[in-house]
Amino acid sequence: MATEVLMPALSPTMEEGTLAKWMVAEGDAVSSGDILAEIETDKATMEFEAVDEGIVGKILIPAGTEGVKVNTPIAIIVEEGEDANAAVAAPAPVATETAAPVAAAPSSAPAAPVASVTVEPDFPEGTEMKTTTVREALRDAMAEEMTRNESVYLMGEEVAEYQGAYKISQGLLDQFGPKRVIDTPITEHGFAGIAVGSAFGGLRPIVEFMTFNFAMQAIDQIINSAAKTLYMSGGQMGCPIVFRGPNGAAARVGAQHSQDYAAWYAQIPGLKVVMPYCASDAKGLLKSAIRDPNPVIFLENEILYGRTFEVPVLDDYTVPFGKARIWREGTDVTIVSFGIGMQYALEAADKLAQDGISAEVIDLRTLRPIDYDTVLASVMKTNRCVTVEEGWPVGSIGNHLSAYIMENAFDYLDAPVINCTGKDVPMPYAANLEKLALLTTDEVIAAVKSVTYR
Amino acid sequence: MAARRTTKKPNVSKEELLGYYRDMLMIRRFEEKAGQLYGMGLIGGFCHLYIGQEAVVVGLEAATEEGDKRITSYRDHGHMLACGMDPKGVMAELTGREGGYSKGKGGSMHMFSKEKHFYGGHGIVAAQVPLGAGLAFADKYNENGRVTFTYFGDGAANQGQVYETFNMAALWDLPVIFVIENNQYAMGTAQQRSTSSQDIYKRGEAFGIAGEEVDGMDVLAVKQASEKAVAHCRAGKGPYILEVKTYRYRGHSMSDPAKYRTREEVQKMREERDPIEAVRQLLLTGNHASEDELKAIDKEIKDVVNDAAEFSKQSPEPALEELWTDIYADA
Repeated sequence: MATEVLMPALSPTMEEGTLAKWMVAEGDAVSSGDILAEIETDKATMEFEAVDEGIVGKILIPAGTEGVKVNTPIAIIVEEGEDANAAVAAPAPVATETAAPVAAAPSSAPAAPVASVTVEPDFPEGTEMKTTTVREALRDAMAEEMTRNESVYLMGEEVAEYQGAYKISQGLLDQFGPKRVIDTPITEHGFAGIAVGSAFGGLRPIVEFMTFNFAMQAIDQIINSAAKTLYMSGGQMGCPIVFRGPNGAAARVGAQHSQDYAAWYAQIPGLKVVMPYCASDAKGLLKSAIRDPNPVIFLENEILYGRTFEVPVLDDYTVPFGKARIWREGTDVTIVSFGIGMQYALEAADKLAQDGISAEVIDLRTLRPIDYDTVLASVMKTNRCVTVEEGWPVGSIGNHLSAYIMENAFDYLDAPVINCTGKDVPMPYAANLEKLALLTTDEVIAAVKSVTYR
Repeated sequence: MAARRTTKKPNVSKEELLGYYRDMLMIRRFEEKAGQLYGMGLIGGFCHLYIGQEAVVVGLEAATEEGDKRITSYRDHGHMLACGMDPKGVMAELTGREGGYSKGKGGSMHMFSKEKHFYGGHGIVAAQVPLGAGLAFADKYNENGRVTFTYFGDGAANQGQVYETFNMAALWDLPVIFVIENNQYAMGTAQQRSTSSQDIYKRGEAFGIAGEEVDGMDVLAVKQASEKAVAHCRAGKGPYILEVKTYRYRGHSMSDPAKYRTREEVQKMREERDPIEAVRQLLLTGNHASEDELKAIDKEIKDVVNDAAEFSKQSPEPALEELWTDIYADA
């Protein structure tokens, strides 16, 4: 009985990967535990082992193929004496077709927006654009700023030799050397403190937290030392530092690794808080963050790392803090979001348009400072507002915006502001429960229909 | 007093001895005055006095060069005076006035002077330890040959971040001197009740950091140890630990009733080990100074401290607009 070997998912967010190398050839006998192939994910190269024993009847995806979707058949294992070609006649053509890189996300994950319109672009019309992943955009931003200023260095777990746990710092060690790209021990509290001290001493550190979940170990240094020292010193001593890394839920990593810290850090005077959605903002905002003389919390998202967007090809592209981006103009309702929340906001707006509801979609981009003016102007136009974020409901950014809108545009509101958030529970592991805990596009659509009384 | 390490008394000049006497006495008189002002309600909140520990910071500072950095905890007034910060600015910060080092916005525990390379003044126990290693990291990065003195107490020595820092400081050969000011009480908890092994200076051994115990009531011994540690760091050999055994005469803070130790214990220490009295005796017995000369110094210091106190009362409270400044540096 022939069995198909499928492309494995080797990280919580892996959707596709590169079949780097076959460690077996057609006709080889394999048994359970033998290494079949090396698979490159967006983060690492992993060895992939056989589960069954048999003979490698046919290799369906040749070594070196990029963009192989998870669950694509990559080989056939047959039993002794079985004809591989006969056994694979049906599945083979399907498999080879999927080998080409595909931009669209699988149906289980929300699709990246396509139809969205950027209003008020941050760069001149006609600028040459390049398709770039968020991951590359972040790396480019760091490389450009490290080239520009010798005082900028990168520190964190696995940022150097491993090339980044999420491959954000890929190539930086080669480019800048071990003095400026520094692997730390797993000791967040300690290295955050050392980095803050080095900023007091005149350097400009970029601290990568493997994820922001681990930054809770370091939060005293972030808040008490980095954020407050300028004030406590009467303006004498600032702390130019960037704390960056993935924030929020990835996929199936459970409660301790799935938390959105946007509202936590946005509460702290002395910090600046950035949470980009697309690649051009990731690049432009990170460059601004590295130049900023204040401590900046830069909240990335693992699921967005691999998404591609258009990034302007400019020598020195920066995006200022405190300026929201209107992704889509509309007249019936204002949807305010940031970070990964934008994908739900934009997808909802697309679907609502089909129902004749015109949504204006605002990406805050920075949460401290917040661009209140853009939000208020939009709400005064549409008279309705829905906020969208992945974090918990209590004390959320949406709560804050609701209060702000109520205080400053009460008479313009035709309906109460609704906050769409993640559910008020620790993140469950079970796939069905996790899905329930996370925000959905349907919830955003329902909220919009509620405030527009449809 | 646990420190028993005997150090060979170095040849020391009259000027040097007088300098130590003056610096230590300045700290003591300043702190006594701060205690008074606290009692009068002019200083609020927490106020941690350094009385009894003067030889530690004065001895360590004796081996510094321009550009060397220092950072400490909330018991920081002595460190600021010893590195040359203006007593007026320090006292006015204690009273929360505009003329204070932080314009009145930092208070006793949070003061800084970029000019004197004093990096605080930190209110969270042991937070200054990685910060100090970070200052040393910057110096190493800039290859400027500077050394950072990172002070913390026997209480802070039990915080986890100290050992995270030891590890990285050793791993990266950072030019940092960890000065453990062991005054034997972590707030109200005696060292033997909080600390499993009493020799804190040995805790660096696990990381390959050399350390030694120093008699913190003997300013000359402290100075000698400081010179050795500085030489080690400047030679690029990485961090060094000095556990300086000292004693604080006053409570942990002004609001400490000090029921955890006897009055006799404090009295004995004052009578037998006082660091200022020791230098005074050296000056007198060595015929370096007469009683009258020392009295003149006492008077001079008293005047400086009184001026500082007067300044701290006369300096206005910060302008109300100050509430909203210094939150962000201009981008």
